[in-house]
Amino acid sequence: MPSPLSIVVVEPDPDRARSIVDGLREAQDCEILVIGETAALSRRIAERNPDVVLIDIAHPSRDVLEELALASGPLDRPVAMFVDRSDPELTRAAIEAGLSAYVVAGLRPDRLRAVIDTAVSRFALTSRMRAELDAARRALEERKVIDRAKGILMKARGIGEDEAYALLRRTAMDQKRRIADVAEALVTAAGLLG
Amino acid sequence: MSGPRVSVGFLPLTDAAPVLLAQALHFDAAEGIGIDLVRVPNWSHLRDLLVLGQVDAAQMLAPVPVAMALGLGGLRAVVDALMVLSVNGNTLGVSRALAGQMRARGFGFDFADALAARDALAATGPIRLGVPFPFSTHMELVHRWVEGSALAADGRLAVRTVPPPLMAAALAAGEIDAFCVGEPWGSLAVEQGVGELLLPGAAIWGSAPEKVLAMRRDRAEERPDIAGALMRAVWRAAAWLETPDHRITAAELLAQPDFLDLAPETIERALSGQMVISPAGELRGVPRMIAFHGGAAGFPWRSQATWFARRLARRHGLDPGAAAAAGTAVWRSDLYRRHLGPAGADLPAASSRLEGAVRVLTAVASSRGRLILPPDGFFDGAIFDPEAAEC
Repeated sequence: MPSPLSIVVVEPDPDRARSIVDGLREAQDCEILVIGETAALSRRIAERNPDVVLIDIAHPSRDVLEELALASGPLDRPVAMFVDRSDPELTRAAIEAGLSAYVVAGLRPDRLRAVIDTAVSRFALTSRMRAELDAARRALEERKVIDRAKGILMKARGIGEDEAYALLRRTAMDQKRRIADVAEALVTAAGLLG
Repeated sequence: MSGPRVSVGFLPLTDAAPVLLAQALHFDAAEGIGIDLVRVPNWSHLRDLLVLGQVDAAQMLAPVPVAMALGLGGLRAVVDALMVLSVNGNTLGVSRALAGQMRARGFGFDFADALAARDALAATGPIRLGVPFPFSTHMELVHRWVEGSALAADGRLAVRTVPPPLMAAALAAGEIDAFCVGEPWGSLAVEQGVGELLLPGAAIWGSAPEKVLAMRRDRAEERPDIAGALMRAVWRAAAWLETPDHRITAAELLAQPDFLDLAPETIERALSGQMVISPAGELRGVPRMIAFHGGAAGFPWRSQATWFARRLARRHGLDPGAAAAAGTAVWRSDLYRRHLGPAGADLPAASSRLEGAVRVLTAVASSRGRLILPPDGFFDGAIFDPEAAEC
């Protein structure tokens, strides 16, 4: 029975971190530390001395891990960046999911594989959810602005809601702009004019 | 016009300017290509994107292609430095507390004398200094600077990796006491009232190659036409950028949200060489604070790569001779000649030189006979001979 893997997940978003941790725990026996703050990241990881560090590929502090990966003093454990070694499929999946993993050299491939597979699917899932959430939020914001612009037009020109929307749409088409952009310009202008 | 698309990755730094302006001012279209800029938040990510073919080219820390040729750092691939994007452009800075200690001991912050600054820093306690990446001109400058001084003694100086946009925050949080970082992030630390500037990078090495235009060798070989067009677009943008009348416009363009997303006044300091070194507003003029074009700034001197390779080999315990050969081979002065000679670049007669030997503006043999090299001395007067084993 091998000892549980020690994994550090660097992830500021608590929901995403929870999803990753749950997935990893289901997949295998491991001890997980989530680091949300990037302050003193290097020291905190070094103290923990994990087998695997998982971090968002675009995390601003990822370069700190490159430094850890290079450390090779007598007390340091050799760490390698995972994405390249020997498994192009897994690498591509990791990159697409936005995941980078730093792994202690000598970790058994099958144990690593399970961790990375799980992490990849969780990263991909939460990235997609985040993108969808952003899109939904943006759509809602735009809807609000368009409604306000319609209101302004209805009041200023004494027209109905459908007519106000048609006017916005026609203007947007004429100017090759998005309706939301035209609406925003109108709302701003109306605000300035009082 | 729409030619082939070329994706180019960059980090938000003043020295990304030649790439950013090549696109913003349509030098790319004039060369028959279209640059798609990809802003990336960290150097390892950009290096991976380049290696995995997700961007065609990148603004890259000059020592990174050399380090990769030496087998250092995560990924394996042959990445070439096609040209130098910028020379100098870094600042060394200290926390306000440390600056206060140094001033109390009578140090004048002349922002020029690297030996005096080193002595003044060495007179304080242990220093934790942030640099952006383990393979960076910053790292090499800092190590070169402290060698043989009290700061090189065990436990006196710890060098940490801190991404440029987080440098001021790390200083404010007391995680580091000092930094070496590319502009405008040093100026931003001053602007935010958390740091003071000690030296420009140029005070340590007068002509330090800082960023290069990097491309995977197989890509550059597959499409030499695209590599050449990209190099010419970037080279023309660099020439535009270095025209003094264009500085204010350049700073405005770089300040855009998609590029650096910072105040143009802060960006303009390095471009004009007029540096504000402390929150009290003290001003210091620096010749060649950052250079993009004049004096063959873009030419990748093979001796520069040899210098990086020998320094990296020494610190990482590699065979120096083999490292020098491997590292120098990725520095493509041949491609620079091939693609930029016909475009009008004044090409030096030699591709390698003694580094640090130019003390005053010096005319040298070149294809058009008008090449004048600016001073490139090291702070201690040392000269690096790429043929010799010393570095």
